[in-house]
Amino acid sequence: MATTALPRRVSKSYRIQLGFRRAGCYLFLAVLAFLCIFPLWTLLINMTRSKGDIEATGFRWWFSTFLSQNWTKCFNDNHLPVGSALRNSFIVSLCSSVLACYFSALTAYAFQVYNFKGKQIIFTFIMLIMMIPTQVSALGFVQMMRTWKWTNTFWPLIIPSICSPVIFFYINQYMESILPFELVEAARVDGCSEIGIYHKIVLPLMKPAIAVQFIFSFVGTWNNYLVPALLIDKDSMKTLPLIIAAVKASDPSSFDPGKVYCLVGISIIPLVIVYLVFSRFIIKGMTAGAVKG
Amino acid sequence: MKPLMKKNRKGHINYNKWGYLFLIPFVVVFLVFQLYPLFQTLHFSWYTYYEDTGLLSSKPVGPDWCGFANYIYLFQHSTVRHFYLFELDLGKIEINDLLYYAINTILIWIEGFIPQIAVSLLLAVWFTHIELNLRFQRFWKTVIYMPNLIMAAAFGMLFQMIFARSGPIINTLLQWGWIKTPIDLGDSSSWTHVIIAFLNFLMWFGNTTLLLMAGVMGIDTSIYESALLDGASSGTVFRKITMPLLKPIFVYVFITSMIGGIQLFDIAQIFTKTTGGSQASSYTLMMYLFSLISDKQNYGQAGALSLLMFIVTAALSMTVYRTMHPRPNEAREQATSYRQRMKEYADCPATIAERGRNAMSASTEKGVR
Repeated sequence: MATTALPRRVSKSYRIQLGFRRAGCYLFLAVLAFLCIFPLWTLLINMTRSKGDIEATGFRWWFSTFLSQNWTKCFNDNHLPVGSALRNSFIVSLCSSVLACYFSALTAYAFQVYNFKGKQIIFTFIMLIMMIPTQVSALGFVQMMRTWKWTNTFWPLIIPSICSPVIFFYINQYMESILPFELVEAARVDGCSEIGIYHKIVLPLMKPAIAVQFIFSFVGTWNNYLVPALLIDKDSMKTLPLIIAAVKASDPSSFDPGKVYCLVGISIIPLVIVYLVFSRFIIKGMTAGAVKG
Repeated sequence: MKPLMKKNRKGHINYNKWGYLFLIPFVVVFLVFQLYPLFQTLHFSWYTYYEDTGLLSSKPVGPDWCGFANYIYLFQHSTVRHFYLFELDLGKIEINDLLYYAINTILIWIEGFIPQIAVSLLLAVWFTHIELNLRFQRFWKTVIYMPNLIMAAAFGMLFQMIFARSGPIINTLLQWGWIKTPIDLGDSSSWTHVIIAFLNFLMWFGNTTLLLMAGVMGIDTSIYESALLDGASSGTVFRKITMPLLKPIFVYVFITSMIGGIQLFDIAQIFTKTTGGSQASSYTLMMYLFSLISDKQNYGQAGALSLLMFIVTAALSMTVYRTMHPRPNEAREQATSYRQRMKEYADCPATIAERGRNAMSASTEKGVR
């Protein structure tokens, strides 16, 4: 290479210094990685330990043999309907992320393909409301759901996801960069209806963006605690975060840490596995959505 | 711009009405499920409206117009709190509840945010550093971003178990003889909010790192290369190039984190078992709102608190919006100032050219290997 012809000025001391800096970086990263992994490792280990063992000794580094017992206890507790909570969480997360992705992409399609009056104003408005947390309107929302008799149903957890400004924003940007307008026109010439164009051409083209946002939306709903806590008090309708919050209420003498670790594990581990499988796309999607040019 | 159907031109069909049609679901859901409840919430704040819970039954009182009474209550109701700094007794002070909870919330946010931004900035610079050329980047990124996707409630519960009086941390400390008697870290007026802040840090520093990295990588690499050729030290590069160009994303991270900090709820609620710890030292504004809605069922006061939180978050969001979408003349000013700074940089003498050349050949050599 041409650069090798340049006078070699790399002093030995400089390279040693760089090596030390690199070692320092790796050490620091290792500490941070330890902080991130250690709680999850402890969780996995403690899921397999008995009550007495957990209370007698602190941390253990390797698995014990009580996983199946803890697991059965966790699912057979009458006060903690874990099975139904798992099902409820799954239904709510699935439905709301499907709705969020479908309608966000539809809204983005409306913005990208059509030119109508007030488009810019509506867009600015969506950008503005994006940041305002829904929590501040929680009171009015709860009151409205009570008058509609929608408490203890899944509707208030699912329907509002149709309006997801963040997902809309991400898909809108993706569409702006890749959707060829000629394709839409060609489909029109061939006699495809407008909604047909959306279903047959735009949605398939948006698959990568929608997949990433689907995961984010799913995770967000799965982890949501506040809104369900305000609306749901019937055991059979509770989602996983509510079950976790209910643990404190149980009697301390019958309190079994192994069981609770199992419950926490059930709520965390499925998503961690999904994350590890798709981590490359998730990390890419996370940064692409938040940073604009 | 994309070619679009012209209105009023003969022989053309106007497709644009479809745009309105496709916007309907989004807009209707927004109006019904967000905007109307928001107005309803703000409306309640002017009324006396609560559930009068008796022993057996409860009956709603109101809504009756009461003017500013709810706000006055929020700003006047105070409780005597006993302040401690770890073992040190600071005495009893009577303090307004709202102010106290606001201070708690902001304190927890600051305690988490300072390490978060420091660590994230450091990692973002390291990951994008040409000379350092760190390996296994995807592994590190995957690991540090992972806590962000974990259910905050479950995370809070997990740490509540780990820090519990009979939990592994206390057990280990007892074994090592660092403490004599078991203490409850989830119910201490000094430790609890530090731990909550730490959990917040753990959940969010990966996210911030990735955001800042995207910002750093968005900077034209030729700027770095020329700086390296001029012999700038990495400190100079960081101060004169990275920081100024990162400013917009920095503001974005700062303010979105602040909005998130004001909303802090899940971790604090679960970790302290809804009590907020000893002396309610980790009781946040959202926990206050939650208890007003679901425990005390005082909708008037909850409405007043919501309005105050709405004003703060709306002002913060407005700032984010203005940073991300500068007005045309502001954008021009920014561009000019960057150009100015670049020129100044180009003019500055290459004082440490030796080091720069070292750096260049070190990195190319690495590339050859």
